[in-house]
Order: sequence, then C-alpha cells, then structure tokens
Amino acid sequence: MINLTLIFIAAAITHNFVLTYFLGICPFIGVSKRIEQAVGMGLATTFVMTLAACVTWVIYHFILIRFGLPFLQYVSFIIVIASLVQIVEMFIRKTSPALYRALGIYLPLITTNCAILGLVLFMVLREYTFLEGVVFGVGAGCGFTLALVIMAGIREELECCDIPKPLQGAGITLIIAGILALSFMGFGGLISR
Amino acid sequence: MDSLKCASCGKELCKGLWRENPIFFQVLGMCPTLAVTTKALFGFSMGMATTFVLISSSLVISCIRKLIPPQVRIATFTVIIATFVTCADYFLKANFYTISKELGPYVPLIVVNCIILGRQEAFVSKHGVAKSLLDALGMGIGFSAVLVLLGSIRELFGFGTIFYYKILGEGFENWVIMALPAGAFITLGFLVGLFNWINIRLRQRRNSA
Repeated sequence: MINLTLIFIAAAITHNFVLTYFLGICPFIGVSKRIEQAVGMGLATTFVMTLAACVTWVIYHFILIRFGLPFLQYVSFIIVIASLVQIVEMFIRKTSPALYRALGIYLPLITTNCAILGLVLFMVLREYTFLEGVVFGVGAGCGFTLALVIMAGIREELECCDIPKPLQGAGITLIIAGILALSFMGFGGLISR
Repeated sequence: MDSLKCASCGKELCKGLWRENPIFFQVLGMCPTLAVTTKALFGFSMGMATTFVLISSSLVISCIRKLIPPQVRIATFTVIIATFVTCADYFLKANFYTISKELGPYVPLIVVNCIILGRQEAFVSKHGVAKSLLDALGMGIGFSAVLVLLGSIRELFGFGTIFYYKILGEGFENWVIMALPAGAFITLGFLVGLFNWINIRLRQRRNSA
C-alpha cells in the first residue's frame, strides 16, 4: 500500500511528467490558454493513460514476452494507444454526447501526446506489476492535469501583461514552465529514492 | 529550367535551417529537445537519430503515398515511423550503449515526435521523392543544430565543458540549475525569444530598405 502511494505521489508531484520528464509539452503549450480547456484535456488524458497502462501491461506480459517478441514493442504500443483513443472516442460519442462535446476535440490529439507512450515505456522499463502500473497511470494523469491547469491559470492572467514582443507566445510560456519546474523541485524532499 | 529547379530544391533544403526551423518557428518536438540536452553529445545523438528516422520514413512514405488510403494514412505513417525508430534504437543499443542508456526512453519516444508525423502529413504526402528527401534533410539538420546549441549552452554552464572539452577554468562553480529541467525550459524560452527578435529586426531592415 505504501509502495502504491509513493508511486502515485512520485508520478503526480515530485516527478511530474510535464515538468521533470518533459512529456506532453505540446498540449502543455498548445491547449493551456483557458482553464476549462485545460481541465477537459487533463481529464481526457488521465482517462486514456489509465486505460493504456492496463491494456499495454497485459499485451506486453502475455503476448510480447511470452512469444519472445519484445522488438515489436514500440510498434504494438503505438497501435494500441491509437486504437484505444479511437475506441474511447466512439464509446463516449454513443453513450454520453455531453461528455463527447466537452472532450471530443481533445481526444484525437491524445494519440500523438508523448506522455501516453512515455508512461507505457516507463512502466515497462521499471517493471511495475499490474496494480502499480494502473496507479502510475492515474498519478501521471493527475500530475499532467495539475500542471496544465496551473499553466492555464497563469496564462489567463498574462493576457493583461505587457510582454516583450519576441517573447510572446512560446517564449514566455517556456520561461514560466521553467519557473514552475523550479517551484515543483521544492516538493523533492517528499520522497527520497 | 534546370537552374530554376535547383533553386527550388535549395529552398526546400534551407527552409528547415532557419525560416521554418522545426523548433523555433513551428515549436514542435519539444519533448526530446528539452529532455536530452543536458550535454551537447546527447543532443547531437538525438538529432542524428531523429534525422535518420525522418529521412527514411520520408523516403518510404513518398514512394508509397499514392497507395495509402487517406482514411488510415495517420496510422500507416505511425507504423512506418515506429519501425524505423526500432531500427535506430537497436543500432544505438548495439554500438553506443552508454549514450543509449543516457537517452533512455526518449529514443522510442521519437515515434510520437510531432516533427516527423507533421512533416509526413504536411509535406511528404503531397510531394515527390526528391523534394521530400531534401525537406527531411533540412528539417533534420535544423532540429539537430538547435539540439546541439541548447546542449552546448546547458553543458557549458552546468558542467563547464562542451562535448566533454573543458572550457571554463578551475574557478568555475557549476551552475546546477542548467542541468536540471528548469534550466532547459528557461534557456529554450530565451532562445525562442532571441530567434523572434532577430526575425523582427530583419523584417524591419527589409521594410526600411
């Protein structure tokens, strides 16, 4: 139990996916202009991350390892993620049109979100068990949502600021991300490993 | 006619270097850019691996682009890219084990590097083999150049060396933050700012002239 809690805290805060592993930077810069957008994107990503962790764990251990095919892992992981996103999109469209309208536009973007593939690769690299993998997926998703929402909040305020012209857009966002990463370093003492 | 053709080929090659630089102008492929540039050498290896994947997948896709049904083109592109990434990863593991270990999961993450998929979608699927190769080469060089630049700056301040060659003397106290994630974000932010500033100045000069 303690182990699972540690994995969750590490993935969400101290080793935040966006701010320490630089995974999912594209949506972090692209979709962080409004808080509502950021929440939608974050929830959709968390959902897909958890599912992807479950499915790829099963495929990796019961198909790729058993039949000695680990060299196919990148190809199979990316296919699993792409089809998972597609299935989730179709499922949500059928069952809950309201949720689909809220998440719809973000779902296709998630396929190329490196945070999902990164999560799966880290899970395989660190040899997590099934339960650990799922907790890792939820934690990483929460961390991603947290970083995205904080960034969106700051950027809403930034609109009223007088930013030097060359730094407008990506430049200032990266510098803010740097300062955020600095402040997240303060959480580093929470777990020692 | 021939000189015209040459000029347009040169344009395809050069636009990736500055005008449409994948990192500064298009702000794509941020994840490997920031993650592996703690040392110039790692940035260089990452740049070369990405260039290899970009060129070989552009070659294959520009050859078979007319056979791919448009509905499944993204999935097809991704599978082709993933195949070449596996090649690059196994090559690095076999020949440069220490570098491959340092780069870790960021080599397989080339699969989801938006630069590669973006180029296939925006350029290769509409152009022939020769132009696609030149475009891929230009984009690859532009990407690698930024990685080496960012890696050199971070290595210089973080460790006092560039490509492990000692630049700053004994008295230099390592600027630890440059080797950490925060340093990557801030340095790249200012580099993007510098790129935009130079472009604005160039445009002003052209307009006044």
